[in-house]
Amino acid sequence: MPRVHIDVMLKDEILDPQGQAVERALPSLGFDGVQQVRIGKHIVVDLVDAEDLDARVTRMADKLLANPVIERFEYRIVDA
Amino acid sequence: MRIGVVTFPGSCDDRDARHAVTVLGAEPVALWHGDADLQGVDAVILPGGFSHGDYLRCGAIARFSPVMGGIREFASHGGPVLGICNGFQVLCEAHLLPGALTRNAGLRFVHRDQHIRVEAATAWTAGIEPGTVLQIPVKHGEGRYVHDDPDALFDAGQVLAVYCDAAGEASETADPNGSIRHIAGVSNAHGNVVGLMPHPEHAVEALLGSTDGARLLGAVLQAAVV
Repeated sequence: MPRVHIDVMLKDEILDPQGQAVERALPSLGFDGVQQVRIGKHIVVDLVDAEDLDARVTRMADKLLANPVIERFEYRIVDA
Repeated sequence: MRIGVVTFPGSCDDRDARHAVTVLGAEPVALWHGDADLQGVDAVILPGGFSHGDYLRCGAIARFSPVMGGIREFASHGGPVLGICNGFQVLCEAHLLPGALTRNAGLRFVHRDQHIRVEAATAWTAGIEPGTVLQIPVKHGEGRYVHDDPDALFDAGQVLAVYCDAAGEASETADPNGSIRHIAGVSNAHGNVVGLMPHPEHAVEALLGSTDGARLLGAVLQAAVV
């Protein structure tokens, strides 16, 4: 049974206030050397079969899981 | 005139929107997200709230509601559609409006009275001169408008309003959320589909502190009468 891990991230040019807040918090906790933090979503989808897998996952992400106006996605398939 | 107000699971300003329609002397028609039939209304409002819990992204799930099929059809024939706050987010997710709404710069949920300057003439701003400053409340956590070519939107007359101060000056300090070019609302290319982060339905009676919202919502009624 294929399991798909999908990462959805704001495009680089889109401001990420959450990431900035964490970016500022880390040095205050003593973690030096942090250049940038970006926060996104990790989505796990279990499918009952592997038919046409890449096309299906891409359609899911394009249509619902990511908003192509502001986000990009990548995925990897395990247990396929 | 009959104005439909959609209720999604998690909408919270639908009753206020229906009340505002009544104050304006029109007939509000409650529309349900699960029903594609718009019941022959003359205009549609998508109200504020947190449709489907804002899960995944604001408006991402509501966009696929059966009622959105009816609204897409209605809009394609020039029917006036207004999305307020979450309704604006739904219309962007549905690609009925350009751009997207993202988390506020500064991370705060902002709830305050807000001045906006009307920029363009649309179905929902008929009779309001561009440059007019209105006072209408905002209340949102994800209202930062983004678009990859805002100049083109201004040039095309698709920017409905920008955040400004009482004198009509747009600036960083007057902008509640960090929107690009301080954009508070946009329309589609035809001007019949409009999205607005501020809440005109909360500014229709003197008791609420401003009646400027009634001017915006009333524009469609005026346009229909003419």
